[in-house]
Amino acid sequence: MSFTETKAGKFEGWNRPPVIETSDDGELLEVSMGPHHPSTHGVFRMDVALDGERVVKLKPVFGYLHRNHEQIGQTASYLQMMPYTDRLDYFCSLTNNWAYALAVEKLAGQAVPERAEYIRVILAELTRIQNHAAAVGFLAQDLGASGTPLMYAFREREKILDLFESLTGSRMMCNYMRFGGCRVDVSEAWLNAARKVVAGVPRFVDELEALLSSNEILLARCQGMGVLKPDLAVNAGVTGPMLRATGVNYDLRKVDHYGIYDRFQFRVPLGEHGDVYDRYMVRILEIHESVKILEQALKEIPAGPIMDPKAKLRGFKPKPGEAYGRIEAPKGELGFYLISDGGTSPYRYRIRPPSLVNLTILEDMCLGHNVADVVVIFGSVDIVLGEVDR
Amino acid sequence: MGVGEGSADLGLNSNIDQNLKIEMGKQGIFVTTIEELYNWGRRSSVWPMQFGLACCAIEMIATTMARYDLARFGAEVFRPSPRQADLMIVSGTVTKKMAPQVVRLYNQMAEPKYVIAMGACAISGGPFKQGYNVLKGIDRYIPVDVHIPGCPPRPEALMEAFMTLQKKIDGQSLTGEDRPRYHDAEATGEFPVPEPGEHDLEPSSNPLVWITPVVIR
Repeated sequence: MSFTETKAGKFEGWNRPPVIETSDDGELLEVSMGPHHPSTHGVFRMDVALDGERVVKLKPVFGYLHRNHEQIGQTASYLQMMPYTDRLDYFCSLTNNWAYALAVEKLAGQAVPERAEYIRVILAELTRIQNHAAAVGFLAQDLGASGTPLMYAFREREKILDLFESLTGSRMMCNYMRFGGCRVDVSEAWLNAARKVVAGVPRFVDELEALLSSNEILLARCQGMGVLKPDLAVNAGVTGPMLRATGVNYDLRKVDHYGIYDRFQFRVPLGEHGDVYDRYMVRILEIHESVKILEQALKEIPAGPIMDPKAKLRGFKPKPGEAYGRIEAPKGELGFYLISDGGTSPYRYRIRPPSLVNLTILEDMCLGHNVADVVVIFGSVDIVLGEVDR
Repeated sequence: MGVGEGSADLGLNSNIDQNLKIEMGKQGIFVTTIEELYNWGRRSSVWPMQFGLACCAIEMIATTMARYDLARFGAEVFRPSPRQADLMIVSGTVTKKMAPQVVRLYNQMAEPKYVIAMGACAISGGPFKQGYNVLKGIDRYIPVDVHIPGCPPRPEALMEAFMTLQKKIDGQSLTGEDRPRYHDAEATGEFPVPEPGEHDLEPSSNPLVWITPVVIR
């Protein structure tokens, strides 16, 4: 039967009435998953309406980690916001730094020296590798592979975090990029250490793939699960591995030509079905492509300055105007929109977070699946709550 | 039993002569008190709650992974349910929307229960303190045993907090004036859950655990 008016009345305040037909006229079970729930990757809540075990309605509830990031951005100075961007998507602090630096550089019309561009590419691709490795580990954790794949992923992640720590002084909150360059120069010893780590990544990915990619449980629970159609993904503004898994060829590194990505040979992995397995596979293949970029960048990195000599960090006041800087963060398009009124802090500081936008189609992917599969579909979106709620 | 070697560390508040104890240990006689044995058992299997709030949660996960290996301290069993957990690691920013749930989860844990406030946000609001939506420290609502500063604290710092907590558990006595709260039949194990008020959480702090500092200008 379809939903009658009286039944829909039970869901008053939900964004739209239930769209799935239930099997019988029995009562629906409302389950509140989160904010404390082992599968929700942080403090996120899903109000799920269940018919038996089947999801007929899912309403995401945001805001449990709303840390007033944008409000702070409008009172703090431009440089003061750099460490705050670390805490947006706390897996990928360096790509957040880059997106913010790019926006401010556009606003102030600053150029970035060549060596700094190479360092940025190297750090961003290392960030992408560790983010995707951790995302795959957490997805396997959500599938019930308790611990082991995550241990493999974090073993590799620690090696990359060691590199970050020796360069920037911090494992996670790097605060490394500056407007018009980078904070400290990389040494030859650091580059050699990075080359060594990058050389070990393909072996690690092959190992992870041998354990997971053809695993029967993973195939059974991921293939055909949470299918996202390309037109819906484009209409909803989904970006990153989520969009590419649906088969849409859209990668800002290729489309936007930001930084120096034009100089590197790499491919954009695309999925076909848009299901959880394709998202997993796109991430695995992206790690391989990141390794290719890293190998080229580590070979070609030139000598030179790392800061624009005209760049001014203290008393930084860009001319009135607006700018939008965006990069391909590991989770999708990360953009910073800044309006300057000529003062020391932005008049408006707005973030376009990939995690939040990718999460908006969660209900469309979950409807009709079992509640246990919601956990898997949610895990495959790869979100970080710091970025969703900001 | 394996505690003979470390018994000198264990007997923090026992009245047994340590030298006599060691001599007897050499003869194969193990002397202890119920208190020591009880505390040794408890401190060697602290089960934390699988409860991540923000950035620090990632470092908490990293601590349990192969490199740092929290299992060495008997605390690798992260339980998703507060009913099965002994320790709550408040790992990250507590917002005003989340604070009632954190207190509720603490109330649901079985005694004896401990709290580690991990990171600057959990201690004081950290870098987000000036904002309108961030709680200025979880110790306003629940008693915190160990504070670790850092943004986020390194895994080594979390392990240091664990060792500090283990020392604290070792020093707890079953009877007497300084016995822990949960041995007192009169004391409450539940703390009032704050409600969202007009401007702030109501009440804005719990007077049992938080004394509002007086600012002298």
